Amino acid sequence: MSALLPPSRPIWWNQPLDRVEGTWIVVALLWCLIMFFMMPYWHVFGKQNTPGEAYRITPAAFQAKAQAVVDKYTVRTEGNGQFPVVKPPAGSDIYLIGRLWQWWPIYELDKNQTYRLHISSMDWQHGFSLQPDNINLQISPGYDMVVTVKPDKSGTYAIICNEYCGIGHHTMVGRMYIVDNK
Amino acid sequence: MANTTEYRICPDSGLQFHKPAENLMKANAVAGVVFLLIGGILALLVTLTRWPAVHLLPADMFYQSLTAHGLDMLVFWIIFFEIAVLYFCSSTLLRCRLATPRWAWLGFALMLIGAVTTNVAILRGRSSVMMTSYVPMPAEPIFYLGLILFAVGALIGCFVFFGTLVVAKAERTYEGSIPLVTFGALTAAIIAIFTIASGAIILIPTFLWSIGYISYIDPLMYRTIWWAFGHSSQQINVAAHVAVWYAIAAIVFGAKPMSEKVSRGAFLLYILFLQLASAHHILVDPGISSEWKIFNTSYAMYLAVLASMVHGLTVPGSIEVAQRQKGFNKGLFEWIRKAPWGNPVFSGMFLSLIIFGVLGGISGVVMGTEQINIIIHNTIYVPGHFHATVATGTTLAFMALTYFLIPILFRREMIMKGLAKWQPYIFGIGMSGVALFLMGAGTLGVPRRHWDISLANSVLGYEFPGSAGMLLALAAISGVLAIIGGGIYILITVGSLLLGKKLPGRDYNAKPTPVKQPVATAIESHGGIGVGGFAAPGTLVFAFIFLALFVVYYFINWKYLSSVWPLS
Repeated sequence: MSALLPPSRPIWWNQPLDRVEGTWIVVALLWCLIMFFMMPYWHVFGKQNTPGEAYRITPAAFQAKAQAVVDKYTVRTEGNGQFPVVKPPAGSDIYLIGRLWQWWPIYELDKNQTYRLHISSMDWQHGFSLQPDNINLQISPGYDMVVTVKPDKSGTYAIICNEYCGIGHHTMVGRMYIVDNK
Repeated sequence: MANTTEYRICPDSGLQFHKPAENLMKANAVAGVVFLLIGGILALLVTLTRWPAVHLLPADMFYQSLTAHGLDMLVFWIIFFEIAVLYFCSSTLLRCRLATPRWAWLGFALMLIGAVTTNVAILRGRSSVMMTSYVPMPAEPIFYLGLILFAVGALIGCFVFFGTLVVAKAERTYEGSIPLVTFGALTAAIIAIFTIASGAIILIPTFLWSIGYISYIDPLMYRTIWWAFGHSSQQINVAAHVAVWYAIAAIVFGAKPMSEKVSRGAFLLYILFLQLASAHHILVDPGISSEWKIFNTSYAMYLAVLASMVHGLTVPGSIEVAQRQKGFNKGLFEWIRKAPWGNPVFSGMFLSLIIFGVLGGISGVVMGTEQINIIIHNTIYVPGHFHATVATGTTLAFMALTYFLIPILFRREMIMKGLAKWQPYIFGIGMSGVALFLMGAGTLGVPRRHWDISLANSVLGYEFPGSAGMLLALAAISGVLAIIGGGIYILITVGSLLLGKKLPGRDYNAKPTPVKQPVATAIESHGGIGVGGFAAPGTLVFAFIFLALFVVYYFINWKYLSSVWPLS
């Protein structure tokens, strides 16, 4: 029962390495390095990154910014008037509010155009989960998280909340439209 | 103290138990199993609710049950059992008295009071905040208080372990270095100190916030520090169950480490780098720089992953060498074919190793990759992952160790040995199904911690692909199988302690017998066995199969990531 006993040689650290162990350590280390360098590689050559741009903001200030965009660019409403559908110009800053228990408002964006999407929470933590594309971000109150998005497929998307936020968590669903603008 | 010092030598294993240590091990292990039972009942409720066709509980009770299930399993069951493992690896393996048994009992009492308090808080219904209790969603003050008491108790347990190492050294109960298994336990205890300190740093202010002494806790700070507790507590498990793997390889096969240097070096890498993985949880949080994320999420260039890959090789490798030396030296795989697959101590440990490595290890590294986390964060893929690592890896290793300890520590003959043979397979296969199917559903975007993915009560609605519902149903069926396996474990364990035939050899002596120093054999190289100059060629083949799976799955996920909207 040797792993249960002290090493049989008092000087155990100069025992030569077994070939099996030596081979594996070299191979495993190489693989670890490849995995490590994949991440910076993707920052340079990949298109999906979250560099973490964010600003401190109060819920009230964030809400005011969102309201300004909604007031200016609303084209219609949905969900019994609860959700304005907002069509802001390409390239602009847009603001998405997460609160108990809705994502507000609905944006209608052009395919292959870039937007600076700001997301924040008015109350507790929420999880932004864009389906079916499956993009997931953590949303905290007090932080304005900025993600530059370029939707490359048209269609109707849902925004599910995937951070538990109390008893209405499973009813918190938003929407986003991506339209072809030929 | 001296007149209370009593020692027993187990006639079957030759292991020596110091009476106070023995009682503490029993108390901690039994408390752990009780929380496993509670967590298991809750698991059934959670499982049957997430099965869309059954949808058992109403929403409030589901979130309540899920909160308690997480804490009872991931914190209380595991850490109680780990304290027992720490006392075993110090007092029993080093054949010395346990340091300060009264402090150890105080620690046990605090842990028990804390665990009960937190459960009561959840039961009262106003603390359904999930295990993570992210601020500013509030729980009742006693919810945090219970966790703090539990943490303080566990901290005392760790210091009793350190004290016992000092006692053994001072009283010269062994010579040279501590055994590898004790070294692994030491690794777990060092990680535990970091973990518990982080927990205290964040939970004490949160408790003060909940009673109104602090007005604001920054949610991002909370997440960063809480995960230094939440994730690190799972790293204690990794170090502890790897130590258990080595212990069982030694118990069942008489295996010795292929080389002390490599195995200890790998544990050292755990101490240095494993904690950085707390970053896995904040990869898509606002305001965290990519440099920080890349360095931390990769444990500084994946050095802790390297350590796990090393243990994953050296544990079966040492078994292979031991088996080949016994004469099972034919071809590449005779050693594993002729392994005692009907012995639950071995089968539990080996399934733990395979499922932890293949399902848990690979998925963990993939989802912890900075950018790939975008398509996985907070989906049900995450519970899929940790039902492979901790629910299978750690739990099955501890179950296997229990089957060894029933006759050795409790001096009872195990009941229902026939059923025990099957238990690791039922549990392991069930839990693997849970892990795999949840990961599958997560890939389709199904959220974790969610009562109703039909989203029927939402205004806007969304329909997940039909296959998501099917995967959740399969996960639930697997979950029921795993719960049956867990139930059998509890039945056998509790049944053996109450009804098992008492074994002889319960006499205590006043004096300890020191460790018999093993004699260095003349041939330290593994001469005469193996194939082509490799002492453990079969294990190396398995390792390369594992690596091939790892590489393929890793790049599949990059491919999947490249198909989502460009983000920057």
